Amino acid sequence: MSNIRKAFENGKAFIPFITCGDPDLETTYKSVMAAIENGADLIELGIPFSDPTAEGPVIQGANLRALSGGVTTDKIFDLVKRLRGETDIPMVFMTYANVVFSYGSEKFISICSDIGIDGLIIPDLPYEEKDEFLPYCKKYGVDLISLIAPTSGGRVAMIAKEAEGFIYVVSSLGVTGTRCSIETDLSSIVDIIRENTDVPCAIGFGISTPAQAHDMAAIADGAIVGSAIIKLLEQYGKDAPEYIGSYVKSMKEAL
Amino acid sequence: MTNKKGRFGVHGGQYIPETLMSAVIELEEAYEHYKNDPDFNRELTALFNDYAGRPSRLYYAEKMTKDLGGAKIYLKREDLNHTGAHKINNVLGQALLAKKMGKTRLIAETGAGQHGVATATAAALMGMECVVFMGEEDTIRQALNVYRMRLLGATVVPVKTGTATLKDAVSEAMREWSSRISDTHYCLGSVMGPHPFPTIVRDFQAVISKEIKEQILEKEGRLPDAVIACVGGGSNAIGSFYHFINEPSVRLIGCEAAGKGIDTFETAATVSTGRLGIFHGMKSYFCQDEYGQIAPVYSISAGLDYPGIGPEHAHLHDTGRAEYVPVTDDEAVNAFEYLARTEGIIPAIESAHAVAHAIKTAPEMDKDKIIVITISGRGDKDCAAIARYRGEDIHE
Repeated sequence: MSNIRKAFENGKAFIPFITCGDPDLETTYKSVMAAIENGADLIELGIPFSDPTAEGPVIQGANLRALSGGVTTDKIFDLVKRLRGETDIPMVFMTYANVVFSYGSEKFISICSDIGIDGLIIPDLPYEEKDEFLPYCKKYGVDLISLIAPTSGGRVAMIAKEAEGFIYVVSSLGVTGTRCSIETDLSSIVDIIRENTDVPCAIGFGISTPAQAHDMAAIADGAIVGSAIIKLLEQYGKDAPEYIGSYVKSMKEAL
Repeated sequence: MTNKKGRFGVHGGQYIPETLMSAVIELEEAYEHYKNDPDFNRELTALFNDYAGRPSRLYYAEKMTKDLGGAKIYLKREDLNHTGAHKINNVLGQALLAKKMGKTRLIAETGAGQHGVATATAAALMGMECVVFMGEEDTIRQALNVYRMRLLGATVVPVKTGTATLKDAVSEAMREWSSRISDTHYCLGSVMGPHPFPTIVRDFQAVISKEIKEQILEKEGRLPDAVIACVGGGSNAIGSFYHFINEPSVRLIGCEAAGKGIDTFETAATVSTGRLGIFHGMKSYFCQDEYGQIAPVYSISAGLDYPGIGPEHAHLHDTGRAEYVPVTDDEAVNAFEYLARTEGIIPAIESAHAVAHAIKTAPEMDKDKIIVITISGRGDKDCAAIARYRGEDIHE
């Protein structure tokens, strides 16, 4: 069974997203550790990409800062090895298809398996293109995480049936970023998911406050938060881990 | 050549966020329906002919031919189309399709501004709202086109992210589309992006080679020996090549922007310097670093300043059916000035890349050979930038 299941065994899951190398890998390390110590259930680590087309301005900024700081895929693999010396929490990578493809898809995914990465989230890899990486993911035991969007309609069941690890339910149209309110009828989407699979689902995009996290987790099995955490890194830089720790604590408690 | 998932060999596909999948599926279904619909095609032909001024001329460049002393040179005058470039062909097709789909709003990316102007024009004609994303750097290089778009009623959004050029404008248009799908059509300007765009745009641009074939048969009684066009994403080139792909006697030559040279980092020559990757919804060749980060490309031409190439071109390169050659800024600027002096035609700096290659190639060919160069657009928009390149500061 996928290690990712463990993230959903301790009540509703809180899943923080952190872009690796923003502003540097030492801060990423400390931020991840602070999130784990304060109740995070699964860590989503972003490998930055020069042109992140599914991201809003906040995460675009993090990608840019990380890349100008000189972070690379290989340095991020080293970071994960170091984290794995301290923790067995489920961890997934979030990155764009070209980062995996250009590294050599099989090489990238086999290294993920070696260093203890449990899954891959690739926002520009829809159901129709998943064979690009799925054979290697299966070979090396890395879950390829499926995304379901408010526009998925008749596609929800098809995607859910083949999902692994967990399902990333995109809360709203558009790109990542904090939102005042989430209007999509997510419970009917989650209902269709549940009819088709027992893989857990977590909602992301637009969640920043404990109240929003509570509402989303009430519908699904967990909540994913990215931009709100990246904003703390943007604001506090190397001092951010402490703020991320208390933020994660407040969010996990609200679930 | 296209199979089920919009592949050209290994290239193409639909590498986009799930949020956009319903939109591209809706578009594909609508296109499959309307492409063979007689009423749709009648309306589109009427727009091409009565509004855009088609067919465009195939002009025998006699002075240029004599001056170069080799192959006979014809110019396919897409610069004479309404709005001054080939871009209008695709835009009229997509805008009409969008209208049939019930969309009320067009969004577009633009580099040099020609596609943005064409989209703003079609939106004005068809009573649709229009928003154009343009790299901030390009809004400066192509200030006149920004004004034209505003005059036509469009909103121009300067894109400040990344390198603030064409690739960033495409990214921003994709982001905007994913936030507003129900009433909005993304009028993509080149043979790139996710399926079905490379096929739709090619089909609407294929009118160029359809006309070349008819016109050259009428004038010369035979097919040309070479067709030369510039390539950024590659829409005028694929339009110029399409009806000759199955005519092996016709050499197909795409001219990429080499910027300051393919041995420098300041280049946008994708086939010469890029490698296989996945970006902007497609698998194709891209300029990128060893970790797959997209390279900040450069060309004097805002319209060719793109780090990728359309998937069908990538496939034509793989099979050897078409050749892709680099042309530097310097060569393009010389050709820009040459065509103005020799034929009294000021080409777009993009098209000047194709002219430059013809200047190199024609003298090496026998006098009974025939070259067709596609002049994809007119060069008025470039005059200030070329003057600056020559050290002269003029006010537009």
